[in-house]
Amino acid sequence: MTKQFELVVISGKGGTGKTSVTASLAALAGRSVIADCDVDAADLHLVLSPSLVKSERFIAGRFASLDPAICSKCGKCFDLCRFGAARLEADSHFTLDEAQCEGCGVCVRFCPAKAISFEERDCGESMVSETRFGPMAHAKLKPGGENSGKLVSAVKENARELSKGRGLPLTIIDGPPGVGCPVIASIAGASMALLVAEPSLSAEHDLLRAVSLLAQFRVPGALCVNKWDLNPELTLKIEAAAKEKGIELAGRIRYDSGALQAQAQAKAIVETDAVSAPDIRALWDALKRNKGLREAADASVNGKEH
Amino acid sequence: MRLCVLSGKGGAGKTAFAVNLALCWGRPVSLLDCDVEEPDCHIFLKPEAKAKPEEVCLSVPDIDKALCDGCGECSAFCQYHALAKLGKSVVAFPELCHSCGGCLLVCPKGAIKETERRIGELSAWRFESVNVMQGRMDVGGVSAPPLIRALKAWAPQGQDMIIDAPPGAACPAATAARGCDLALLVCEPSPFGVNDMAIAARMLREMGVHFVAVLNKAGSDNSLAEGFCKSEGIAVMAKMQERRETAELLSRGGLLSKHSANDMRFFDRLGMDLRACAFERNGK
Repeated sequence: MTKQFELVVISGKGGTGKTSVTASLAALAGRSVIADCDVDAADLHLVLSPSLVKSERFIAGRFASLDPAICSKCGKCFDLCRFGAARLEADSHFTLDEAQCEGCGVCVRFCPAKAISFEERDCGESMVSETRFGPMAHAKLKPGGENSGKLVSAVKENARELSKGRGLPLTIIDGPPGVGCPVIASIAGASMALLVAEPSLSAEHDLLRAVSLLAQFRVPGALCVNKWDLNPELTLKIEAAAKEKGIELAGRIRYDSGALQAQAQAKAIVETDAVSAPDIRALWDALKRNKGLREAADASVNGKEH
Repeated sequence: MRLCVLSGKGGAGKTAFAVNLALCWGRPVSLLDCDVEEPDCHIFLKPEAKAKPEEVCLSVPDIDKALCDGCGECSAFCQYHALAKLGKSVVAFPELCHSCGGCLLVCPKGAIKETERRIGELSAWRFESVNVMQGRMDVGGVSAPPLIRALKAWAPQGQDMIIDAPPGAACPAATAARGCDLALLVCEPSPFGVNDMAIAARMLREMGVHFVAVLNKAGSDNSLAEGFCKSEGIAVMAKMQERRETAELLSRGGLLSKHSANDMRFFDRLGMDLRACAFERNGK
């Protein structure tokens, strides 16, 4: 049996083209499991037009809820809460703000009047869909919501089930920006990370933080510089810095207004005749120099999909 | 006045707008870089000398092994699995701790006290008239919201504040926007940009933070973004066209308002309009 291979696309800085590159890689792979782990600002569905198969509420953690009818107005919750969720209102009664509550349970435990209940928190929705390039695991975090890292883990769990259940060893993951908990959840256990950078000082700075995160989690990385011709000198500098940190150079994509047109038509760039399409094809070929990725991709296309 | 600049989508131009608005603000202002996972304001507003950073720590449990009898009250109470009972002792996982202080309160033996664990740092410097303040989370950490709260508490409170928010619409973005008088949504009029702005708009609406929008990287057809703003009743304050030379300038860490007199007037005017908008709503 071919080993499962998870390719996760991250960048550090947002807006460098992760989602556009991910959609094109999914198109070039032909068949694979696709996961959108950018759960609070998911966009991959706008290109892949998934048809929903299954959707589940995602319940994680709890929040404190105060019953004003039982509250004795003693202020214990206000004294103990470290997150600013307990508030003293103008007319000297107390309220608990669900949005600021981190669900620690301290006020619930120590309320002398037992006026505070500990409710399950609805953090959003996790979904499984079908797309033209294979099954897709994705999610929708409640706006402003907590537990995005846990929701990412739930998406990855769904993706792993799809991969095993359907006999598709390759999984392509669209990751979130940043280096925080949703990114850590996205790269945990991944076989390889593709870093999408652009030649700007901001993207360079952010990329190097993402590279050091990959090193901490021992995930091998490959780099692609998007819109490289906006600043060829900086492209070279970024590539050299990444290479020095053990990141493989996998390709460059030119600045192309066709990328936006593809997005407007809900197509992956490589499904159009955009001038940058050959660059992304070359990137995919370069990534497939990795044996594990190549075997998983071949098995996903040629194997017996259930 | 506290203004929060956010977008939902990354790379829409939050930092470019926040930085140039701060430079053209015309009265004392602090610029808070609350994108603590990937702070970038210092690339545009470079500090002259390296500012000495302030460490930000979270209080995490420190178990006195001599007093702990391994009863497991603390680990049963902890919602974050930051304490685990292993046989007759308890082990702490400080990286999972949210610093609620619950374990100290529930321990029947008084065996837990708190110790400080570093999560990142804050630094501040002056760039022309702007008081620039930045939060920087340590790589590998997951504590963006406490660091953002620390940065907002550290800033001078009587003064105007422009907050450069993190991308997305999860708890870090919400923490940055909380308590602001006005939010400015920087919208890239692409399908991705509009989709993500809609999510950020929903978040702000639920939080009760009033918001207006600007279109950035506008092209010949902005109907998707303009249609969305119109149908949602979101005021569009200004429009900046997509230009390759703008992208090139920003890639070098350049400042739009220094580079072109037109752009300086653009940000000067936008700042005035935003202050007027906040004043109309809040009287401050």
